[in-house]
Amino acid sequence: MSNLLALTIIWPLLAAIITAFFNNKKNTVRVMSQMFTLINLALVSVVLFLISTNGTIILETGSYEAPFGIVIVGDMLSITLVLTTNIVAAACVFYAPKSLTEQQESFFFYSFFFMLISGVSGAFLTGDLFNLFVFFEVLLMASYGLIVLGNGKAQLRESLKYVLINLFSSMLFVTTIAFLYSVVGSVNMAQVSQRVQEVEQQGILTTIAMLFFFVFATKAAVFPLYYWLPRPYIVPNPVVSALFGALLTKVGIYSILRVFTLIFVGETDLTHTIFIYLAAFTMIFGVIGALSTNNIKLIVAYNIIPAVGFMMMGIGIFSETALSGTIYYLINDMVIKAALFLLVGLIAYVAGTSDLRKMNGLIHHYPVLGWFFFIATLVLAGIPPFSGFVGKLLLIQGGLAQEEIMVVIASLVSSLLILFSMIRIFIRGFWGEKQDAPPHPERSGAARRMTWPIAVLLSITVLLGVGAEWFYPSVEEMGEYLMNPQIYIDSVIKE
Amino acid sequence: MEIIMAVLAGTLFTTGVYNLLQKQLLRIVIGTALISHGAHLFILTMGELKRGAPPILTDGIDQYTDPLPQALILTSIVISFGVTSLLLVLAYRASKINGTDNMEQLRGNDYE
Repeated sequence: MSNLLALTIIWPLLAAIITAFFNNKKNTVRVMSQMFTLINLALVSVVLFLISTNGTIILETGSYEAPFGIVIVGDMLSITLVLTTNIVAAACVFYAPKSLTEQQESFFFYSFFFMLISGVSGAFLTGDLFNLFVFFEVLLMASYGLIVLGNGKAQLRESLKYVLINLFSSMLFVTTIAFLYSVVGSVNMAQVSQRVQEVEQQGILTTIAMLFFFVFATKAAVFPLYYWLPRPYIVPNPVVSALFGALLTKVGIYSILRVFTLIFVGETDLTHTIFIYLAAFTMIFGVIGALSTNNIKLIVAYNIIPAVGFMMMGIGIFSETALSGTIYYLINDMVIKAALFLLVGLIAYVAGTSDLRKMNGLIHHYPVLGWFFFIATLVLAGIPPFSGFVGKLLLIQGGLAQEEIMVVIASLVSSLLILFSMIRIFIRGFWGEKQDAPPHPERSGAARRMTWPIAVLLSITVLLGVGAEWFYPSVEEMGEYLMNPQIYIDSVIKE
Repeated sequence: MEIIMAVLAGTLFTTGVYNLLQKQLLRIVIGTALISHGAHLFILTMGELKRGAPPILTDGIDQYTDPLPQALILTSIVISFGVTSLLLVLAYRASKINGTDNMEQLRGNDYE
């Protein structure tokens, strides 16, 4: 049964290899990729069901016992995130054929795509810090491939910066793991968590903790390390942007969530207080960036940053309610960011430009697209009954309970500004005079086929919001689980 | 021995960062390569350097080499080898298409 867990990582990897052989047969590779993604979705759902009924599944590779071998830990949090990843992936793979150019498709888009999914799933599931680094590299390598796909002038220019910043932070990650290894003598997360409590010099551990935070914050785009994010995220194809926006920063946030609830919980007064301040700055500066531009893709890319701030806020407050809020918001944000990037990609496609000043009256020709975008805006801003609201409510509840008034105010103000920055696109792009020229028939046909993956993603966010009653108990359980690292340690290391 | 290695790793890091902050693309790539070498040496040093002891832990043996850093460093070397070669190709393409290898000139606000 525990081998099934590894299959959720290996299946996309196999799919990547198989699709690589069919790169020139366009129709075959499309159908194949869609089939592979759906099978993987079903597979992850089965694993999720098994974990929810039988508890955490541990895979000890090669039957080496836990602290010695490599472990893959499937707890509810990890597998829920893997499921969300696969939902996003499924939406993207159905959107891709219309959005990608022929050249991009034949240059192994689907192989890179599956490798990215494999890396992200692995990063969520691994129970070993060094393996976390390896899976980070797997997903980054795939993302390097995806970001240069298309070979444009601006694309190469921006991807160079993306590769460099990620390479630097990866090397720092290795160095930090070496530091930690010299202090506690292990890279297994459960064992590290056990041993950090016994280390006498807590000061050096706090230093290592901050180094880890620096590495993950670079990947997750926390203030002041977010400057690299917006521009590289808008240059590739919208599908690629959607995958990046939905998955990559979230892996960073997940790593912070895991490491700072499981391992470095000794000096929460220092570390987690810093997180609260950084969260507030991340929200405010991110949303200022979103307000500063007229490029619709850039507006959405900047809106990744305040969302990261919200999740950091929950980790910083460090209470059960706040952590549940972070998890809820994390799941919500993965889905909605994918939907938004796909939406603005489509808007830019039908309008023929991504400059807001050159758009007008799109709603007359594309009413469905317009209202979908409106719903997505409400979800992002956290207006009930959508899922963004539930996450923010929990975070603010947690913040008020711990009397962190400053960050609560910052989060409310930035929510309002997020709504403002997004509604600008709706007002300036969709409202206004009807343009005389009828829409290009080919474009509107393609637009219809590209809309329904977005519809699926949006209906999931509505479901997460309206059905909060059903999902909340299990999310609350995950919050409780994160607050008690001993449960994780006991499930991995059996005496 | 550990001291020498630590100083060496530190030197590699410093020169790597210095090169990373240059404007020419090739120097930046060399900088990243130097930093990764520094990181690898550092992992090896952190696992304590011992000579002439086998990496086996059984009863009665108290002198042993820790095999884990060597496994880690090998993985890390392979990864950084791959990334560096990718970065070289990317730098070549980017400089060829943009017509410059100077980072100062590789900025702009056009995204199409």
